[in-house]
Amino acid sequence: METVLISVLNGLVYGMLLFMLASGLTLIFSMMGVLNFAHASIYMLGAYLAFTVSRFVGFFPALIIAPILCGLIGAAIEIWGLRRVHHNGHIAELLFTFGLVFIIQRLVQMTWGMLPMAYRVPPSLDFPLFVLYGANFPAYRGFMLLVSAAMLLGTWLLLKKTRIGLIIQAALTHPQMVSSLGHNVPRVFTTVFAGGCLLAGLAGVIGGNYQTTEPGMADSMGPIVFVVVVFGGLGSLAGCFIASIVMGMIQTFAVVIDYSIADLLRPMGLMLTGDTLLTEVLTVPVARIGALLPFVMMVTILFFRPRGLMGTRDT
Amino acid sequence: MTSSIRRLCFAFVALSLLAAGRPAVAEDTIKIGYVDPFSGPFASGGDEFLKVFGYILQKINADGGALGKKFELVPFDDKLQPAEALIALKNITDQNIPFVMQCTGSNVGAALVDGVSKHNARNPDNRVLYLNCGALATELTNEQCDFWQFRFTGNVEMRAVARIKALPKDITKVYLLNQDYLFGQSIQHDTRKWLAKLRPDIQVVGDELMPFGKVQDFSSYVAKIKASGAQSVITGNYNRDLNLLIKAAVDDGLNVRFDTYLAHLIGGPTAIGSAGEHRLSSITEFHPNVPLELNKPDAEAYSNGWRANHDTDFSEVPFLTMLQMLARAIDTAGSTDALKVALALEDMKATDLVGSPVQMRKVDHQLLMPYYAASFTKDVKYDAEKTGFGWKTDFIASTDDLTLPTVCKMKRPAS
Amino acid sequence: MKSRWLILALIAVAIALPWCFYDWGHHRHAGFLLSMLSQMGMMVILALSYNMLLGQAGLFSLCHATFFGIGGYATVHLLNAVGAGDVPVPMELMPLLAGLSGLALAILFGAMATKQRATAFAMITLGISELMATAALMFHHFFGGEGGVTTNRMIENSLFGLTYASGLQVYYLILAWTVLATGLMYYLTLTPLGRMANATRDNFERAQFIGYDPRMVRFLQFALSGFFAGIGGGLYAITYEIVTFDALAAPLSANALLMAYIGGTTVFGGPILGAILITLLQSGVSLLSNSWLVYVGVMFIAMVIFAPTGLAGIIKAHGPIRHSGRLGSLVVPYLRLVIPSLGLLLGFVGLVELMSFLTIGAAQGKKLVLFGGPVDVHAALPWVVSGGSLILGALWLRWEAAGFHRIWENLTAEVRR
Repeated sequence: METVLISVLNGLVYGMLLFMLASGLTLIFSMMGVLNFAHASIYMLGAYLAFTVSRFVGFFPALIIAPILCGLIGAAIEIWGLRRVHHNGHIAELLFTFGLVFIIQRLVQMTWGMLPMAYRVPPSLDFPLFVLYGANFPAYRGFMLLVSAAMLLGTWLLLKKTRIGLIIQAALTHPQMVSSLGHNVPRVFTTVFAGGCLLAGLAGVIGGNYQTTEPGMADSMGPIVFVVVVFGGLGSLAGCFIASIVMGMIQTFAVVIDYSIADLLRPMGLMLTGDTLLTEVLTVPVARIGALLPFVMMVTILFFRPRGLMGTRDT
Repeated sequence: MTSSIRRLCFAFVALSLLAAGRPAVAEDTIKIGYVDPFSGPFASGGDEFLKVFGYILQKINADGGALGKKFELVPFDDKLQPAEALIALKNITDQNIPFVMQCTGSNVGAALVDGVSKHNARNPDNRVLYLNCGALATELTNEQCDFWQFRFTGNVEMRAVARIKALPKDITKVYLLNQDYLFGQSIQHDTRKWLAKLRPDIQVVGDELMPFGKVQDFSSYVAKIKASGAQSVITGNYNRDLNLLIKAAVDDGLNVRFDTYLAHLIGGPTAIGSAGEHRLSSITEFHPNVPLELNKPDAEAYSNGWRANHDTDFSEVPFLTMLQMLARAIDTAGSTDALKVALALEDMKATDLVGSPVQMRKVDHQLLMPYYAASFTKDVKYDAEKTGFGWKTDFIASTDDLTLPTVCKMKRPAS
Repeated sequence: MKSRWLILALIAVAIALPWCFYDWGHHRHAGFLLSMLSQMGMMVILALSYNMLLGQAGLFSLCHATFFGIGGYATVHLLNAVGAGDVPVPMELMPLLAGLSGLALAILFGAMATKQRATAFAMITLGISELMATAALMFHHFFGGEGGVTTNRMIENSLFGLTYASGLQVYYLILAWTVLATGLMYYLTLTPLGRMANATRDNFERAQFIGYDPRMVRFLQFALSGFFAGIGGGLYAITYEIVTFDALAAPLSANALLMAYIGGTTVFGGPILGAILITLLQSGVSLLSNSWLVYVGVMFIAMVIFAPTGLAGIIKAHGPIRHSGRLGSLVVPYLRLVIPSLGLLLGFVGLVELMSFLTIGAAQGKKLVLFGGPVDVHAALPWVVSGGSLILGALWLRWEAAGFHRIWENLTAEVRR
């Protein structure tokens, strides 16, 4: 019982971090149809920028400044890069963001060096919030939950209650119509792209000291974020939220499960002997492949429902 | 028609010339081809080692080099991929460079052992020696041993013995957590083997493999470790897989020791920081406080010479030992011919920077050397990577302690 | 015909090339050159087979290296079996068996992936790629874990009595198979399947109206591209005698994409050009600079923005002008473009190398040598020269490009008349 409760909490925290990162990508993906491969790189930039800024003015100002810087960088990328590539098709946009990944990684290595940065949790948040079944729940994790919830609320309010939000929502599903109505759709695109990058930067500020800040961090977060976005579906922030939590829970719970397919077969009287490839595959415990389950789920859902979980538009 | 074909052929030839053109080989230095990743996500290792080699070569060349010539490193980027390393090997043999050295990754190491062996068999007039300074897999000096390879770093089994011997006597329950690939599985296997032999009183309450480099959230693993009641976690994890694990344990308030193999790897102390105090131990080849503990002022001065100009620590004493032994072997052999140098190098005895005896064992070409099990603490004179915490030796596994049996049966060349 | 002579000439050049660089002093071939040429051959097959999906069928696949890798693994196991005397298969037929293993896996995965198209297809292939790469690390029996599987290619079973001890013989084997595979893939584009693949790429709804099932077309194209990729993997195994999980990992798929796109996806020969260029860049430039990833990334982005048809596309666009014999009138405008381009390029390379040296290289104890001369990073002059060259080059190029564009438009309009 206690394992379940603790795992739920941990899964929630991880899922919310994923959501922070994936929400920006969903917005960009739904709006422009381009899967921004460089999104995790912006996440990495956010962490590095927060590290540098916090060395001068402290963590909390960095929490505001670093995401804004990322948003500005995103706007620059969109205006001078993506916009030009747009008329060459979706694949060209994908490839463009793909090339950005290499460049950003090398730039980060050149600017900050190749070793991890000592980006630490601020001392004001470095204490246990409460104790659950003997395990500490650190205050910083509570802070992460708070920020991501605030971000979710803020994004939802922006989209549903403001005028620009209405336009964005419309452009999410019917971009041509919105353009015909006279709105400056390219500017909306830039705003959304910059906004997405701002969210990624914010995730980086929070996540950078939860994990480690190093040039390889984009490569590790990248694939799982794409899975979340695709699984949640195009055009749906709610779908993205559900997908993030589900993926977070699955990965957290999978670690706790030490059974394998062979264990399922044993009560049926099927014993696996010998040292073959088949035995190897069937005796792998679920805990070992936990990190792979999201990919399996993504492939499965795309096979049956290409719109993803709650997608409103076809890919 | 013919003109455009001619133009195309010229273009093709010109392009190829561009790639095939190489600087002329100068005859006044002894070159060593150094193959490691210098670009991409794993570049930090190769980058740091190159700087360290620069420092080491200053000393070696100042001491006279070999045969009156200085040593020179020629770096090649393998991007941590075996195919690239093999292409680099071709480049090295084309330039008649007699030695190839590699310090990161057992996958590349295995490819080089095989590649060098085949090259030497097929090209007896242009042989190279492979100096292995960082591919740790035990198999490379056991089942896959080769005459042309010399390993100048402790293999996984040696480190496992050091690790087990260094465990405090009051530990009775351990949890094994390792990365799910050859290296991690090899650590798992050798740790269990030597736990059974040396500390049968210890109970293994958990033994787990986790996906390499893919886990972002270690809180579930921490929960499992807590539920098992283990007092110590023995792990071969490194970089992110270790840093995040320790952070998660500290966040959770779990009071458990981390008896690791590679926490001292570059970037580790910076990322772990205060989370490691009073609970972290690692198996190091050398750390800045060893000369103090063994009272060797020369070694201390040498280590400080590096620290004065860098934020990182000098810990690569085996690299220094390797190049010193190589220089001696070349002098003894009177040339850089691979076979002569190999015959001079195997069975060579030497002393390392702090005066410990080491030996290049003839039967498997594994360097027998000591390891220092050290804890991460504030109570030291020299800290690690300017974090305020440093390594303090708890236990020295001597060269004799780590002289282990081998199953190697290498084929020796006829001439 | 003209193109046939061109192709024969290229093959002749490829055969003769190792002899142009024979090292007469040491009486041996330049090993590095042979390695690079062999690598080019494999990459040509990989890029062409990838273009069967990207360029011809409009499918953006992210798991192409999976079939290359499976071909490689199957071949090493086969070579080991032949070496142990269990199976009598001659070396020359190995790539065919490798191709068949690629085909089998592509049929299996294709059944899943080709049910969708466009982005959903890409995401499924991404999932497949991640799964296979991790499985390769976990399961030792077939994949050998991190160390991979090694073999010895001197299996003493050959149709022509060759031992394949020397790199030269391996290169000729690769060349033969590359020519064969290229020919087959070209032939495929002329078949109804090839044409229908183009049709479903352009307008899959319309293709359905004609009566063809786009799903079937995608599936067949996917399976066949897996076959050819497997052939490439087999050649890889024979050359390097070791296959590790890198042979099926994402970076290799990314490479295939890069080569096909830069070479040009709209022309059949484009990926060939791309494969040769990228191999040269990766093997050659990485010897000169550790920032080669930046150059590749920038070149890639520049291509995506300014030349989406790739290099071959640009060459093909000159076709009508060449036919009317007016190519000569482009020489001067091109020359006028070349000089500012060179300035821009040199300025960019200079800045990147200076920056990289400042933060990374200096500590590595190297001395910066740019364009043949030693350079002091801390002096202002190199920075000013590079920066100035970059900015001036960019401005001048922009001005010249406008002029060139005008001339080009006029010429094309004239030629069309």
